[in-house]
Amino acid sequence: MSAQRDLPQQQSRATEARLLELRAEAATFGKVQAVGTRIPGAPFPVASPETGYYGVPLLKQPQWSWEIPLYFFVGGAAASAAVIAAVANWTGDDERLRRDGRLVAAAGSAISSVLLISDLGKHERFLNMLRVFKPQSPMSMGAWVLAVFGSMSGAVATAELLEQRFGWRIMRVLGNVVEPLSVAAALPFSNYTGVLIGATVVPVWNHNVRSLPVHFGMSGLNSGVGVLELAGHAGSTPLNTLGIGAAAWETWEGIEVELFRDPVVNEPLRHGVSGWVTRAGGLFSGPVPLGLRLASLFAPRPVARKLRKIAAVSSIVGSLCTRYGWMAAGKSSAKDWRLPLQRKKAPRKINRQQSIEQFPRKEGIVDDRERHAV
Amino acid sequence: MSVTAFLTDSTLCIGCKACEVACKEWNQLEADGLNFTGLSYDNTGAVGYGTWRHVKFVEHTSTFPGIGGNSPEAEPWVFSSDVCKHCEVAGCLEACPTGAIVRTEFGGVFVQPDVCNGCAYCVVACPFGVVQRNPKQGIAAKCTFCIDRQREDLPPACAKACPTESIKFGDINELKLAGQVRVEELKSRGMKDAQLYDAANTSVEGTHAMFIIRGDERQYNLPPDPVVPTEYLKVGWTSSAVAAGALLAGAIFAFMGAHR
Repeated sequence: MSAQRDLPQQQSRATEARLLELRAEAATFGKVQAVGTRIPGAPFPVASPETGYYGVPLLKQPQWSWEIPLYFFVGGAAASAAVIAAVANWTGDDERLRRDGRLVAAAGSAISSVLLISDLGKHERFLNMLRVFKPQSPMSMGAWVLAVFGSMSGAVATAELLEQRFGWRIMRVLGNVVEPLSVAAALPFSNYTGVLIGATVVPVWNHNVRSLPVHFGMSGLNSGVGVLELAGHAGSTPLNTLGIGAAAWETWEGIEVELFRDPVVNEPLRHGVSGWVTRAGGLFSGPVPLGLRLASLFAPRPVARKLRKIAAVSSIVGSLCTRYGWMAAGKSSAKDWRLPLQRKKAPRKINRQQSIEQFPRKEGIVDDRERHAV
Repeated sequence: MSVTAFLTDSTLCIGCKACEVACKEWNQLEADGLNFTGLSYDNTGAVGYGTWRHVKFVEHTSTFPGIGGNSPEAEPWVFSSDVCKHCEVAGCLEACPTGAIVRTEFGGVFVQPDVCNGCAYCVVACPFGVVQRNPKQGIAAKCTFCIDRQREDLPPACAKACPTESIKFGDINELKLAGQVRVEELKSRGMKDAQLYDAANTSVEGTHAMFIIRGDERQYNLPPDPVVPTEYLKVGWTSSAVAAGALLAGAIFAFMGAHR
């Protein structure tokens, strides 16, 4: 740009002759016409339609701490485990998977509640979440869904344990009766977090509101499958099928973000710390487990189990990175003053003739003497 | 008492910050501390949990030397007192999961401090970046529209302290009319860029804090098209339902397939 070329010129202008010129002008007219120079890049913040209010962020950054992304992760894994356990139960014979899935779901929903409450500013008021039922608030819906899922999955797991410990057949029946309720809550709970952050004013979140619930749901399935595999189900064929599906979706999601989505709004997903964390999340939950799982289909059994365990660890790490990455991206996006100040619709009928546009700033040094001489 | 509003006229504001101080003293808000931002004379930055009125110093490079702020030709320096907009359709109110945020009898939006549990969801639901969780108290805080004073038929502290009547307070319909009259008057005096900002044609459907400003609203950090985030709900929940269906169907498919 011309700024650097112009700089010596500006310095050369402030010569002794220039100072005498100023002195003469002041003496003749009682004041000087020039108002000084403005150098681009100099530390003079400007308020203008192009720079907003000195670039001060319009939006407030999300104030959620480390608990919330972890809550997204644990909740997603727990809900997926609940669904897997229920379907394993309904379709028949994998009793160990049913039991472990139910236990993972109950433990996960309990941990979820603790994480959610620990982020509240007033922990002791967590029950206030249940004093209203607001369909227009995803946070309210989430609280209700978590309450139902937590209690129902807890009941199912308790029944499971009582049956195992004491051999009470009635508990088997009770568990099977309550399980559909647990699943009914687990299904929205597995992905509502995408709606939760999608339906906000944060540009990078609401821009992706269509894909976020599916993305988070699949991320949850990925980690749920991973947890169950590490809990001793690395030989289960249905789990591998589900893992392949989830990893394939996460791979596609990553490709879409990288190649097809608006690069300006999605800048925090592709640049900076938040970008690298989301990318790492995409890699570890998409292509890496997908390749390992597909390879495990053709490998001999002991090798296949090993491959799937690596895939499971990768999926869990990837899901965690995804949640933390999206949270960091939201914080970074809220700091960007440009997007919320965009004009989306046609200008209203207000006269937008602005003095700032009538007198456009030149690139490089603006010598106001030249301007006023015209 | 009727439905009330603020009309903040930046062409009358002298940047004295009496409203900021009055608000802090009346509502017993903590000081912002001694920070230097380098952004004109504004060392506060923005409204937040501890600042419910905030005077913006919108500074331009001078176009004509020696001509003051309200000349028809130029507006080198404008002061504008910012505040919670008290939207007709308020994102924070819609998002609040505890019902702590309510609409008052005066039309304002109020966070009940004894109900809020500090979930911080309103923070990401406000298209104007106003409400914020106070890290010390743990609850969300913003302008209360001086509901305590209004119930005693007193104007809000900021409006009362304003020495130039830049902050006007009164019935919303009267103030809307007064705002339009004032804009026409400014235009007739040559300030063609004067406008009334009340976000009426956007998804917030108007505000209870209106502003008379000169030039583009974006340089005041006033969004031209604020969007209430409930607008994204339909798309979001549809996706959520699709994802839930896919999860259940996928699980059934995977387990049934393994049986054969």
